[in-house]
Amino acid sequence: MHFEVHLPFWLEALVAFFLLLGAVFAFIGSIGLARLPDFYSRLHAPTKATTLGVGGMLIASMLHFSYAQGSLSVHEILVAIFLLISAPITAYMLSKVALHHQSPSVQNTQGQDLPQQLQQEWHRERIKSKTDKPKLPG
Amino acid sequence: MLTFAIWVGFVLLSLSLLLNFWRLLVGPEVIDRILALDTMYINTIALIILYGLSAASGLYFEAALLIAMLGFVSTIAVCKYLLRGDIIE
Repeated sequence: MHFEVHLPFWLEALVAFFLLLGAVFAFIGSIGLARLPDFYSRLHAPTKATTLGVGGMLIASMLHFSYAQGSLSVHEILVAIFLLISAPITAYMLSKVALHHQSPSVQNTQGQDLPQQLQQEWHRERIKSKTDKPKLPG
Repeated sequence: MLTFAIWVGFVLLSLSLLLNFWRLLVGPEVIDRILALDTMYINTIALIILYGLSAASGLYFEAALLIAMLGFVSTIAVCKYLLRGDIIE
């Protein structure tokens, strides 16, 4: 592995720092995914720590390529914005599915009866939307 | 120093991919497996960006963007299917 660009020392240190930060955060997120006890707590680790890890990598890559090209490199911002938008939506959908399937949580979680309540509410809404269908004319 | 950082990054990201794969195999429920797959997508994006940095080539961002989009859409599609029993109603 060789590098065509020779960065000045301070920039190399900065790029290496952000690279290590990103890699460590991604690793912490994966450890959390592997070790935390129930799904609701497991959901936190990848959606927050891993996204931050990718963010660190993207900052390092931006610094490196901005110096190498001699102009500001903005490709990475696209990936970063897309990830920052999509990660919360994914987490929301996954937690909704977990509540829907009544995924078990650890004993000392508050609001243990929330899944049942939501289930009844959704059931009621579904029945209501079925009976409230607009009648076709004629 | 940068070479060392890049190697450490490769090792850490590969280890996290292995941990995600373990969760994908073990995961007690379907939803754990979906979460593990989604995390694997995100870690793969980081790995591709790191590889682009180590190869000093800007060609890999398009691949990273594509994987990001595919991962997001597939996760949402599977979630939608589990929630409603259908993807497009």
